[in-house]
Amino acid sequence: MSALITAENLSVAFDGTEVVHDVSLSLRPGSCLGIVGESGSGKSVTARSLLGLNGERASVTATRLEAGVDLLRATPAELRSLRGRRIGYVLQDALVSLDPLRRVGAEIAEALRVHGTPRGEREGRVHELLAAAGVPEPELRARQLPSELSGGLRQRALIAAALALDPEVLIADEPTTALDVTVQTQILSLLEASLAEGRAIILISHDLAVVERLADEVLVMKDGRVVEQGPTSQVLSRPQDPYTRRLLAAVPSARSRGSRLSDVPPLELSARDRSALRSRPAADGPLLEVEDVSKRYRGPDGRERTVVRDVSFALEAGETLGIVGESGSGKSTTAQIALGLTEPSAGRALLDGQAWSGIPERLRRPRRRRISMVPQDPLGSFDPRWDVGRIIADAIPAEEAPAGEAPSPRGGRWGRLFRGAGSRGPSERVVELLEAVGLGEGYARRHPLSLSGGQRQRVAIARALATAPEILVLDEPVSALDVSIQAQVLDLLADLQKALGTAHLFISHDLGVVHHVSDRVLVMQDGQVVEQGTADDVFFRPRHPYTRELVDALPHPTLQETA
Amino acid sequence: MTALATPPTTTAPAEDRPRARRPRSASSLRSVSFWLAALVVALVLLAAIAPGLLAPQDPLEISLGESFDAPSLAHVFGTDQSGRDVYSRVVHGAGQSLAIGLGATAIGLLGAVVLGLLGGLGGRLVDASVTRVIEVLYAFPGILLALILIAVYGSSALTQMVAVGVATMPGYARMVRGQVLAVKSSLYVEAARSLGHSPARILRRTILPNAFRPLTVLVTLGVGQAIVWAAALGFLGMGVQPPTAEWGAMLNAGRTYIQQAWWMDFFPGITIVAFTLSLTVLGRHLQRSTDSGATR
Repeated sequence: MSALITAENLSVAFDGTEVVHDVSLSLRPGSCLGIVGESGSGKSVTARSLLGLNGERASVTATRLEAGVDLLRATPAELRSLRGRRIGYVLQDALVSLDPLRRVGAEIAEALRVHGTPRGEREGRVHELLAAAGVPEPELRARQLPSELSGGLRQRALIAAALALDPEVLIADEPTTALDVTVQTQILSLLEASLAEGRAIILISHDLAVVERLADEVLVMKDGRVVEQGPTSQVLSRPQDPYTRRLLAAVPSARSRGSRLSDVPPLELSARDRSALRSRPAADGPLLEVEDVSKRYRGPDGRERTVVRDVSFALEAGETLGIVGESGSGKSTTAQIALGLTEPSAGRALLDGQAWSGIPERLRRPRRRRISMVPQDPLGSFDPRWDVGRIIADAIPAEEAPAGEAPSPRGGRWGRLFRGAGSRGPSERVVELLEAVGLGEGYARRHPLSLSGGQRQRVAIARALATAPEILVLDEPVSALDVSIQAQVLDLLADLQKALGTAHLFISHDLGVVHHVSDRVLVMQDGQVVEQGTADDVFFRPRHPYTRELVDALPHPTLQETA
Repeated sequence: MTALATPPTTTAPAEDRPRARRPRSASSLRSVSFWLAALVVALVLLAAIAPGLLAPQDPLEISLGESFDAPSLAHVFGTDQSGRDVYSRVVHGAGQSLAIGLGATAIGLLGAVVLGLLGGLGGRLVDASVTRVIEVLYAFPGILLALILIAVYGSSALTQMVAVGVATMPGYARMVRGQVLAVKSSLYVEAARSLGHSPARILRRTILPNAFRPLTVLVTLGVGQAIVWAAALGFLGMGVQPPTAEWGAMLNAGRTYIQQAWWMDFFPGITIVAFTLSLTVLGRHLQRSTDSGATR
């Protein structure tokens, strides 16, 4: 059978800059082609070229580019009839891809209307499509606005819209990104069912595990080029290209515990850095104890909601306690209580055996330096006026920052403008901290906006270490990072923990990450701890049905075998 | 990713590409408008500081024989009903108008900062009452407010300043309050709290500077607006009294003779327009450059 989509030597350039180079692919009927790569690898641009969706600024060249019609010569009208009818496109980012002011049903019906389904048949068809996409109560959902649906339901609605005209091909761009693990499984099952019906799928993802589950063939992209291509099982179990190998090695999971994920050499801290940053010797007993804490909020409707219920745990010096759960499970609120930023409604928190909750902020403030946080969104946690040096200097406790080295009084662009040749460089301590996280002195003058995601997270870690804390609370510290960058940051955290002996409270929705870093694990669901124990016990021998569901939802069987 | 191809050194990991800053799209047209505006503002500032440099003639010198002279080489903007040189009066009026505009903005800002901080930092009750005050001020027509003040205190440059200042206050106050509230709940304030900084330090170092930052741009735009308002009051005869040179008062004086001596109104009028417009252009530029820089 001939291929549904063929591209030979496809290149795409924007304003003269080529972002996709010489990509060749072909999609056979009923098969699934996976395109894997990190952000900026050109995978989405490649997919959009197959629909003629790259816009006027793009110049697309290829020796052959066909999807039923010759895409290089197709008229706009031909392209429009191709989209939707022959190729359904599931946009990236389900949460924002639906028109917020239109009912979900109307959104799906539009595709039907444009392609000529008679008015009377549309509604029934919309309900069928929603039902087929696994949306419960389709009649009700069709009348709702996207904001009234959960992320998973929105993604299903998008898939329903893409399937509206029963296309031969479905292109799904990161269909499960930003969805919870259990929801991700459901979406993948839906795509699997679609595949079983004989539809061909192009699946684009940064997540090797997702591609592994669905794709027959996989294309690994890096910097706009295909670095490796072949049957999925072969590429993932016997990767030939060094990049693919590194990418596979960078995925944290049970097997990667205790080993390094990236090929960045381990951080060497000088003895001086080590003594400056090392947390003060702790008293005996657990550093942080949380006893039966609950947190209730009164919603805008006046109803009280419990976001955290009877959570207890203890964090010992030098260990890593992982908290895993899906969105809304209360993990972040638990972190806030641990940090003393939110007062529990019931129960108590103890730091070094002394009250940490239920005391005036005045008493808490001098002890705050013992527990630092690393946020999910480092950029948002930096004062937008400050450069890196000032951000870190601000965190250094006053008595350790000599007056002469105090952060410069004026920050921001005007400050930089007026700070002339006579200005002071970053203080010694700031440089130490930057070096501890693998950044050089040169970064002190940079603004966080000019840094990459990984570098920003390093700055956030340096700031957290500035007080020589005994505990780091890490709230989804690597969720926004690409796999290889995530690997580097996780390695850095492990190096620092080994050198400095800090205890980590590590919060993540990613089971692989949590299993990789944690000694012990708490599993949270709907504000409650449903299971806790050592990482291996929880993930290899889960007792609670919810944990089992989470573990089963992990779609990477071969990845574990190849270890 | 380059990091994987070439292992980064420990000091500078060359990991993912740094996100490029939004390129400053400075089209040639916009920079022409920028420099023109800067020139106009510079000239007006010079006129305000040292009017003698630009117009050596005395703006108050009466020469009845030369009244209503049309623009000529001797009097480039013509003369008024008493034979005073309109060009000199426009130049010398810059100081008055600018002082009133700046003074009014300063008064408005001062009141706004007090109200806005009270609203943003005070408790729920304080905030609610501050919000009501701002709303009442907003709902009150600015000119009417000015008229009341002038009716009570008589017309002078100071009342003009205060009147315009009070009228501009609610706009700034609402802005300050909103900013303080937004910054107060930001992640970076939470980060500062978690570092154990005292509330006073967080307020001084983090909340205030960030809350006031967008104000700088707004003020540039606001000074121009204040000058127009002040001129309007002057035109209504409720500001500086003749024969003092002030743009609004000059417009008022020329109004009677507009049939025979258009230049008496035209030149002060066009100066107000040019100056206000220039301030607006500069303000927009400032806004754009701060937006593409460190704000988000």
